[in-house]
Amino acid sequence: MAALLSLQAVSKRYGAVQANAGIDLVVDPGSIHAILGENGAGKSTLMKLIYGVESPDAGVMLWKGQPVNLASPAEARAHGIGMVFQHFSLFETLSVVQNIALIVPGKQADLARRIRALGAEFGLEVDPEAMVHALSVGERQRVEIIRCLLLNPELLILDEPTSVLPPQSVARLFETLRALQARGMAILFISHKLEEIKELCDTATILRGGRVSGRVDPRGHSAKDLATLMIGRAMPPPLPATAQDPGEAWLELAGLSYRNDDPFGVSLHDLSLQARSGEIVGIAGISGNGQQELAALISGEIAAQGAGLRMMGQGVGRLGVAARRRLGFAFVPEERLGRGAVPEMSLADNALLTAHRAGLVARGFIRRAPERAFTAAIITRYDVRTPGPEAEAAALSGGNLQKFIMGREMMLDPKLLLVSQPTWGVDIGAATEIRQRLIAMRNAGAAILVISEELEELFQICDRLHVLHKGHLSPSLPVAETNAEAVGAYMIGSAA
Amino acid sequence: MRISFVRRDHASRPAMLLAPVVAFACAIVASVILFTALGKAPGQALYSLLLEPFLTWYNFSEVLLKMAPLLLIAQGLAIGFRANVFNIGAEGQLIIGAIAASALPVWYPQGDSALMLPAMLVMGAGAGMAWAAIAAMFRTRFNANEILVTLMLSLIAAQVLNYLLLGPWKDPHGFNFPQSVMFPDAALLPILLPGTRVNISLLFALVASVLAYVLMRHRFAGFQLLVGGLAPRAARYAGFSEARAIWLSLLLGGLAAGLAGAAEVAGPLGQLQRSVSLGYGYSAIIVAYLGGLNPLGIVVSAFVMSVIYIGGDNAMVSADLPVAAVWVFQGLLLCFYLAGLTFIRHRVSFSRKALP
Ligand SMILES: Nc1ncnc2c1ncn2[C@@H]1O[C@H](COP(=O)(O)OP(=O)(O)OP(=O)(O)O)[C@@H](O)[C@H]1O
Ligand SMILES: [Mg+2]
Repeated sequence: MAALLSLQAVSKRYGAVQANAGIDLVVDPGSIHAILGENGAGKSTLMKLIYGVESPDAGVMLWKGQPVNLASPAEARAHGIGMVFQHFSLFETLSVVQNIALIVPGKQADLARRIRALGAEFGLEVDPEAMVHALSVGERQRVEIIRCLLLNPELLILDEPTSVLPPQSVARLFETLRALQARGMAILFISHKLEEIKELCDTATILRGGRVSGRVDPRGHSAKDLATLMIGRAMPPPLPATAQDPGEAWLELAGLSYRNDDPFGVSLHDLSLQARSGEIVGIAGISGNGQQELAALISGEIAAQGAGLRMMGQGVGRLGVAARRRLGFAFVPEERLGRGAVPEMSLADNALLTAHRAGLVARGFIRRAPERAFTAAIITRYDVRTPGPEAEAAALSGGNLQKFIMGREMMLDPKLLLVSQPTWGVDIGAATEIRQRLIAMRNAGAAILVISEELEELFQICDRLHVLHKGHLSPSLPVAETNAEAVGAYMIGSAA
Repeated sequence: MRISFVRRDHASRPAMLLAPVVAFACAIVASVILFTALGKAPGQALYSLLLEPFLTWYNFSEVLLKMAPLLLIAQGLAIGFRANVFNIGAEGQLIIGAIAASALPVWYPQGDSALMLPAMLVMGAGAGMAWAAIAAMFRTRFNANEILVTLMLSLIAAQVLNYLLLGPWKDPHGFNFPQSVMFPDAALLPILLPGTRVNISLLFALVASVLAYVLMRHRFAGFQLLVGGLAPRAARYAGFSEARAIWLSLLLGGLAAGLAGAAEVAGPLGQLQRSVSLGYGYSAIIVAYLGGLNPLGIVVSAFVMSVIYIGGDNAMVSADLPVAAVWVFQGLLLCFYLAGLTFIRHRVSFSRKALP
């Protein structure tokens, strides 16, 4: 069988960073091919070379046996290559169908119909008329996948598609991908979740430090073996999670409601929850059920109507973001680029963004030396792989930027920490590390609220769970007394 | 064949520095073509436009004189532009500043108090701020676009000036010219370079440049403005107030323009006239962008723009160019610069195949 795509000795360097070095890769038609590797191993870079976003410094790319030189994604699409990026590329001020019409030719009415049809066929439901800014990360991803499929690609590249999907949707996505595979489509699939790769993929290429460190059939290896191949040492042991007695409530929602004027947003109804000092409370649920609104209400980015929101024992409904942070609140949002970090600014300036209270500003002047030191501390403590504090946020690999933002907010030593998707896009080694640190913070007396679509993660670190479904919050479910089935029932709204 | 612009990951730094130079060269080439088409000798025109300003000390001092208001206003505007607050109405803020500063000498034409001049400057700057504050209020309260509001306020300011000069403030002994009385000495700015008209307002502009640099590079408030301009959602996330950014941007822009207006009437004009501005408020927008919105770059671009102003005056006389030719040259400069920026930030991709 002739290879669909074959790369020979491909290299790419960014300044001091050799992101890809002499990579050989062969992708057969009808194959689901996994690319594995730690954060910063060069996976996204390799995909960008294939999709024509970047051009290689050296090496050859053969497409159906012919050498090609792709100067742009448009050319790659014309050859039949589609890609969904780790950081999405949708215009927020346009609707779903308008976004798709930018790349896919055809009348909007026709497109809307095809979007609905594809959505129904592959379990990728999304309202074609919805505005993108009102969509959650998970929903945006569906739009990106649909946009690729509308062009009937022969090779589909998915850069960490499952990191933001709830388990049910992952299963459905896999059915989709298998159906596509059955039609002869080849798929390049990046994921940090080894079980997924074992389940779905027939080939895996493992990258370490920009080089190929192994090629295996993942079905024949345990997740532990794969992890060892990936990080070059054995996995850190899972953490013991012993509960402890919680203290004062540092976050209290008492019947909080929010009427969303955006017809595509979610309204919240009568939410009640507490996060006390010394406990981790999880919010489970499929994205798009009010998670964004809840996070923004707690952070103060949208104003709460009425009372019913208390933080560190005081009503904060009228306080803005900055005032809440002064009380000891910190927050990691689900969008890293553009919200959690300014893409064009250096890491040092991105540290300043929220850490300015940590002695980085004196009498209104930015203190460059402490700013640098603080940034360097985040980088070493949270193992952010980057040349240094001067690197631009946009130049970090997805997982490394996530580690940076997590590190920044945790280094503020908050009383109350709100985290959306704490380990989204982070490799397994670093994910374990982050969860461990969250637990350490809890043990030191912080109240932590975690919004995540990964049930497994929530069960690992949380003391209690709530499920958010269509803007309603389930009662508190102590993790020790519940199980995935019970939570799953709340997630689809079929519980009591 | 299909041509499209693809955004680059990085804009190269040398290219950013080169862009104004290339734009300048292109503007020269285009105006040579234009002047030739108009039947003027292009060599003579360019000589007057670009070289004559340097050939005599008097001409050169006039360049410095013009540079003061342009530099001052552009520094104020650039702060707002970087925060995505587009104050297009510096012209109106300048006029209102000039009017407010003129009130004292018009009411006390024999005044000789040492406090007169400082009071005029404060009134001018304050009035410019107040005029810009109207736009800030409309934007923050009613979400009215500041581009339109500041622009319309400029038209109103021009009418206020007309009204005053044709009516209550007209010099009774001025042969019916629409201008105020001549100001007393106590209302005039001290001369900086003896033997020229260059006054200490050039120092104001240079000090403003240093302050703008410090604000944008070293002050946390400036950082907040930058974040608001680059990533508004990150600014909201971090708790940087958008309203505050709007107020700060417009007030600083208004202050600079108002002060520049006061310095014009208390400087080279010595009275309030209808032609108090010569379009400084609009040219300063070009100056700000040509300088890359960078406080240091703006010092250079303000100088270049002043050369064109003085050169244009010369060219009208010696090369018989219409006054509009200077405006056209300025406009070309901005267009070429913005086009250059597009090429720096994007690469052009030609795809041979039509897209499916
Ligand atoms: N535009 C860029 N400029 C500079 N360096 C870059 C750029 N893009 C990527 N890099 C660097 O190249 C290396 C590889 O990055 P890449 O995004 O390919 O990693 P990855 O394997 O996809 O990681 P992750 O799992 O975190 O997404 C990283 O060290 C990153 O900092
Ligand atoms: Mg990546």
